[in-house]
Amino acid sequence: MEFLRPLSWEEALALRAGRPDAVPIQGGTDVMVEINFEVRRPGALLDLNPVRELAEWEMAEGRLRIGAGLPYTRLIEEVGDRVPGLAQAARTVGSPQIRNRGTVGGNLGAASPAGDCHPPLLAAGAQVEVESAAGGVRMIPAEEFYLGVKRTALRDDELIRAVWLRPAEGPQHFSKVGTRNAMVIAVCSFAIALHPAERRVGTGIGSAAPTPLRAAEAEEFLAGELAGEPAWGRSLPDGLAERFGELVGRAAAPIDDVRGTAAYRRHALAVMARRTLTWAWQDRLAGTGRS
Amino acid sequence: MTVEAARRGGEALGDSALRPDGVLKVTGEFAYSSDLWADDMVWGVTLRSPHPRARITGIDVSEALAVPGVHAVLTHEDVPGEKFYGLEHHDQPVLAIDQVRYQGEPVALVAADHPETARRARDRIRVGYEVLEPLTDARRAALDPSYPKVHGDRSNVVRHQPIRVGDMAHARRVAEVVVRGEYEVGMQDQAFLGPESGLAVPAEDGGVDLFVATQWLHVDQEQIAPCLGLPTGRVRLTLAGVGGAFGAREDLSMQIHACLLALRTGRPVKIVYGREESFFGHVHRHPARLRYEHGATRDGRLVYVDAEIVLDGGAYASSTSAVVGNAASLGVGPYEVPNVRLDAYGVYTNNPPCGAMRGFGAVQACFAYESQMDKVAEACGLDPVEVRIRNAVAEGSRLATGQVIDMPAPLAAMLEDARAFPAPPPTGTADVRDLPGGVSNTTHGEGVRRGVGYAVGIKNICYSEGFDDHSTARVRLETVGGEPAALVHTAAAEVGQGLVTLQAQIARTELGVRQVTVAPADTGVGSAGSSSASRQSYMTGGAVRAACEAVRERVIELAEERLGRSLPGASLHDGRVVAADGLAVASLAEVLAGRAVEETREFRHRRTTALDPLTGQGDSHVQFAFCVHRAVVDVDVELGLVKVVELAAVQDVGRILNPLALEGQIHGGSAQGLGLALMEEIQVRDGVVRNPSFTDYLIPTILDMPPMRTRILENADPHAPYGLRGAGEPPTLSSTPAIVAAVRDATGRPLTRIPVRPEHISCG
Repeated sequence: MEFLRPLSWEEALALRAGRPDAVPIQGGTDVMVEINFEVRRPGALLDLNPVRELAEWEMAEGRLRIGAGLPYTRLIEEVGDRVPGLAQAARTVGSPQIRNRGTVGGNLGAASPAGDCHPPLLAAGAQVEVESAAGGVRMIPAEEFYLGVKRTALRDDELIRAVWLRPAEGPQHFSKVGTRNAMVIAVCSFAIALHPAERRVGTGIGSAAPTPLRAAEAEEFLAGELAGEPAWGRSLPDGLAERFGELVGRAAAPIDDVRGTAAYRRHALAVMARRTLTWAWQDRLAGTGRS
Repeated sequence: MTVEAARRGGEALGDSALRPDGVLKVTGEFAYSSDLWADDMVWGVTLRSPHPRARITGIDVSEALAVPGVHAVLTHEDVPGEKFYGLEHHDQPVLAIDQVRYQGEPVALVAADHPETARRARDRIRVGYEVLEPLTDARRAALDPSYPKVHGDRSNVVRHQPIRVGDMAHARRVAEVVVRGEYEVGMQDQAFLGPESGLAVPAEDGGVDLFVATQWLHVDQEQIAPCLGLPTGRVRLTLAGVGGAFGAREDLSMQIHACLLALRTGRPVKIVYGREESFFGHVHRHPARLRYEHGATRDGRLVYVDAEIVLDGGAYASSTSAVVGNAASLGVGPYEVPNVRLDAYGVYTNNPPCGAMRGFGAVQACFAYESQMDKVAEACGLDPVEVRIRNAVAEGSRLATGQVIDMPAPLAAMLEDARAFPAPPPTGTADVRDLPGGVSNTTHGEGVRRGVGYAVGIKNICYSEGFDDHSTARVRLETVGGEPAALVHTAAAEVGQGLVTLQAQIARTELGVRQVTVAPADTGVGSAGSSSASRQSYMTGGAVRAACEAVRERVIELAEERLGRSLPGASLHDGRVVAADGLAVASLAEVLAGRAVEETREFRHRRTTALDPLTGQGDSHVQFAFCVHRAVVDVDVELGLVKVVELAAVQDVGRILNPLALEGQIHGGSAQGLGLALMEEIQVRDGVVRNPSFTDYLIPTILDMPPMRTRILENADPHAPYGLRGAGEPPTLSSTPAIVAAVRDATGRPLTRIPVRPEHISCG
């Protein structure tokens, strides 16, 4: 196995173009597990750690641009207040050691349906910035990024450069069910982001379908029920959160597997959706959570 | 006394002497068996069966042998001696012969100059399999004679042990309250640190020196040598750095394989399993199905127990027979039951082999009988603690085997103590880490209900059923640099329990010296027996004490010769010989005068007897140990997530030898029981393991294991060295049913299967 070590982004793109068999590696918290478990033996590893600009973030055009190599720990500390949903998800990733090394870019590249960052990226309407030497930069909306289990819209010669998302315009929450209280892969997860200016609520479901996905019908239901200015200043109507939860549960396409049953996943999603909507709404009425 | 009150910092018996490997392990500097290295070594890997049951139609190793860097590829045909080994029955092939009986069974070995080369060569071995339907129904294997056999014509029943006491027909007429339950225990893994590994070095005498992480050097040696076709003395073992064991290192894993490759290649051979391979490389806790019926009077006194326990031993016997013996003899728990009909079975299937794990047959039964005791309490309208107190054994009680408990057994008082612990305060909702779901942010208090549960367990200490167990210790006292120093040499495996520390504490106390060295454990000294059955403090502790006493007697004789007078009642203190009146009469340096005094002693516990094969009667156990747990949990009843808020334990250890190490044993045992209650299970479907990794085999983290309260009692056992009682296993028994009882209390769910999964609570 070759170990490729570009020192700049341009060099990384050039190496990528010439080595479609190379697997990009950042923190290695996913790639190295697969190699150690002999799940795969890639022809080469493309080590992006020396490309230091990947580990930075910036505000640009009113949006937050988070480099693909920014470790979770720094994401939580440095931009967590602006992307609370993503930061909550990042806090649930692995152990402190894993969070010191793991990155959003790695989560996207692996595209596991159970990846913790996907639901908040979907709920927030994030975009993934990818680039290749030949094709230049593409911006892919998160919901178009995930194509199947561990399959993405990324082309063979492209690398993930960053994710873009607007600082939270309203309350955001992330919730994940696992069978222990820390360091656990999601049985299923749910993210919610209130977008008050657009009078809409964004959602993201994790680990309950071949890809992370939005609960479109649930989003439309809320947009309809909460149409108009007054609704956004009042308490949630009775039964609304429950109905929202049911629709989120219905949006999933879960399976029975070693981590849980399909029926439990639907049930848990409904509970998490109801609770997170309730929390987000309480935050909004209380004026907390950046509403 | 409480542990907090114990002296800390000292190094004599009763002090919290610190273990020598503690800092090294925490800082990552400890040399595990996987760190062994020889300059000219080659690496061994194992080809394993992907199928739980198949006929082997052919093995072609030619492509593997052709890989550059490969030194040897071996199959069963290359095993020079006995082809089978095993702890109780020699039923397990060194390498599969003509068929495989479980997923992961070793089929062939490769040695190469690099581990990746060895793995690639392994992938080029072509094995023809005719795949067969796996036999995975343990209950049918136990009870249905028409069920196909796993081992040719041999019965699928490895052992059936009945217990028959009293008159069941009469008992059924007398019982006013009857409760029934069916329970299931999933397959737990020991999940020790430091996967199986070792280094085999060929020796000039044609033998082999094996450095390995194991639990019992001599039983390894006895199994390895015949398979290599060597006399026992030419297979020498030295204990390498062990991470943990919990029973999983009782059976052989890579030992014979590494030796075979070393003898074939003439090079040192290192084999290191990865974590995934480790899940296939050792036995697990027997999964169990248990049917219980309890009859009681209306005031909650047990009249009878009628029970059937089926333990799935998987493809090979391992220690299944002894596990069945424990499940049967301890199957009604620490209660006086006048009438018992109990049948315990251990069977062969094509599931992963199961054998020893902390608690050893007593764990499975404890979950069932304690669940039943709560049902009896409910049926009688009694408090769960009260019903246990009314039936609790005490010194003088007769167990279901007819054995009379001839040592303190203050169980009723221990239960009272557990009930008297103050209740933990209600959980706040400010920090999600205190709530079910923890950092996953699933509740801010919604759906959370508190529950409390109690359980007790009874565990045998030391080997049982007539086994003539012993441990050997050699102790040498001499002066080094003018100071008296003791050297303690045993073959006892330090597997993390703290035995090295304890041996030194005993020598310090018995010989009155400060400087004690514990030599590496190896087969150069007699057997110490296994680091199992909570027996090493008792057995090797007893042996070290006996050897120290023998050394002390000789030293006092030397002092008497030197002083020309007898010294009745003399002892050794602070490097001096001290007469009965308390006055020092000579220094050890003077008495030894450059000589060394060395004594070797074998220690044996009192004899036990076998269980009658038809009635299960017999004085089968050496010692009994008891632990009581109270568990307090918060459960998110909507999502089925559990936060154990507090575990409190009351345990009688006879005598506290090292408070800190003892606390660790109680905490660790309780945590392992928590794991079985809530998350730890090797999931097997059709004989195939679905989660062989720590990604999906979950063990408790620091956010799952709560703070513990402990109350430790010291009611000395008059038969045991220092009055001690083995302490490592009892907490593992009772913490599981206590936690499940607490979850039932919070949710009202029946919860008859462990580990309890979220969907059992929320979708019930």
